[in-house]
Amino acid sequence: MEAWSRFLDTFFNWDVIERYFPAIMKGVGVTIEIAAAVVLTGTLLGLALAIVRAFRLLVLNAVIVIFVDMFRALPPLVLVLLVYFGLPNVGINLPSFVVLWLVLALVLAAFAEEIFWAGILSIPKGQWEAAHSTGLGFLGTLAYVVLPQAIRLTVPPLTNRTIAITKNTALGTVIGVGEILNQATTAQSFSGNATPLMMGAIAYVALFIPVVVLGRFLETRFAWRRI
Amino acid sequence: MEAIVQQFFNLAIMERALPLILSGLKETIVLCLIVIPLGLAGGLTFAIISLSRLRTVRWAAVAGIDFFRSIPPLVLLIFIYAGLPFAGLRPSPMVAVAIAFFLNTSSYYGEIYRAGIESVGQGQWDAAHSTGLKGYQTLAYVVLPQAVRNVLPDLVSNTVEVVKLTSIASVVALPELLYSADMARSVTFNSSPIVLAAAIYLVMLWPVVRLISRLERRIAA
Repeated sequence: MEAWSRFLDTFFNWDVIERYFPAIMKGVGVTIEIAAAVVLTGTLLGLALAIVRAFRLLVLNAVIVIFVDMFRALPPLVLVLLVYFGLPNVGINLPSFVVLWLVLALVLAAFAEEIFWAGILSIPKGQWEAAHSTGLGFLGTLAYVVLPQAIRLTVPPLTNRTIAITKNTALGTVIGVGEILNQATTAQSFSGNATPLMMGAIAYVALFIPVVVLGRFLETRFAWRRI
Repeated sequence: MEAIVQQFFNLAIMERALPLILSGLKETIVLCLIVIPLGLAGGLTFAIISLSRLRTVRWAAVAGIDFFRSIPPLVLLIFIYAGLPFAGLRPSPMVAVAIAFFLNTSSYYGEIYRAGIESVGQGQWDAAHSTGLKGYQTLAYVVLPQAVRNVLPDLVSNTVEVVKLTSIASVVALPELLYSADMARSVTFNSSPIVLAAAIYLVMLWPVVRLISRLERRIAA
């Protein structure tokens, strides 16, 4: 019985919960803000890059492929540290949350481009030809015929990837962005109690469980069967 | 331009940091050799449990998978590394990383195996049973080989994610590639060591990323 009460005291201490609840909620706000900014700019940039790639201009496509491959192969934390500590020394000072947003948006854009591009490629050539024969130009075909079908196919893989990248907002704690994890570790060291860490973990689960379940639902709804 | 080269591509500094970074690379490889097999095995266990005939067991497996997929791995790692000491357990950085990665990557691998197993038709199970194979034999000899082939690109791409993820071990002072590079950066006040580490990650992972794009296209076509 004593062990149980010590466990409660360490991980679910009511006083600590009351004291640090506002801080954790502030962190939740920051996490949501950055996540929203990343999702919006990242997917749009990815879509834009995929559309540019559809023009099949050799040099431009090489640049896009190199960008996409690099940002898919590099760990986001490496990029965060590189940008955060590197840029000030060449005279560019960005606030830490801008660094986090920039890096995660670029990473998401890289993955999104690849997914949108796979979607565009999956539309049979006949669709392009049929659209051309009705008098639609390149952009018209892309906008009215190809993309509406392609984007439907991209929903499940894109959702899962977006969730994974959005969770990387926690990396912000390393450069001092005041998101959930940062608030939780600060509160933990001030209170000398593990409760804030538990609160942080619960906050993340509360934020992301609905999205993960939604992703699962979309996967069956838009079933992207590759076999 | 000169400043950029000095700050990011300083060869003299890279050369000085190289021994430290190579020892970090060794640690990263050891880490991968521990966490990837653990994750693959744990994921398979999750997936097999989620096939159970009992609905509660099935739901528990799926709930577990979703729970650990919704916690950022860094949060899990810090919870284990900084939280467990309060409960009287003091995991070393390596043990903390192994536990956190086991929970996180098993749930991702588990979800992939599950999708793979579901992609194999019921007829395969029935046919295998009719030849006298038992349940676990059917799974091992008939269903899993096909399932793994169907989700191979996802398995490979998740493994790339796991390798990239080992970089968060630097946060709990495990001296892997990124940690060593960041040490060198803080001593030299120069970002070239991190560029060098990034280059090493690229050399390791770029070919695999290319391969994934190929695999995905071949299967989509």
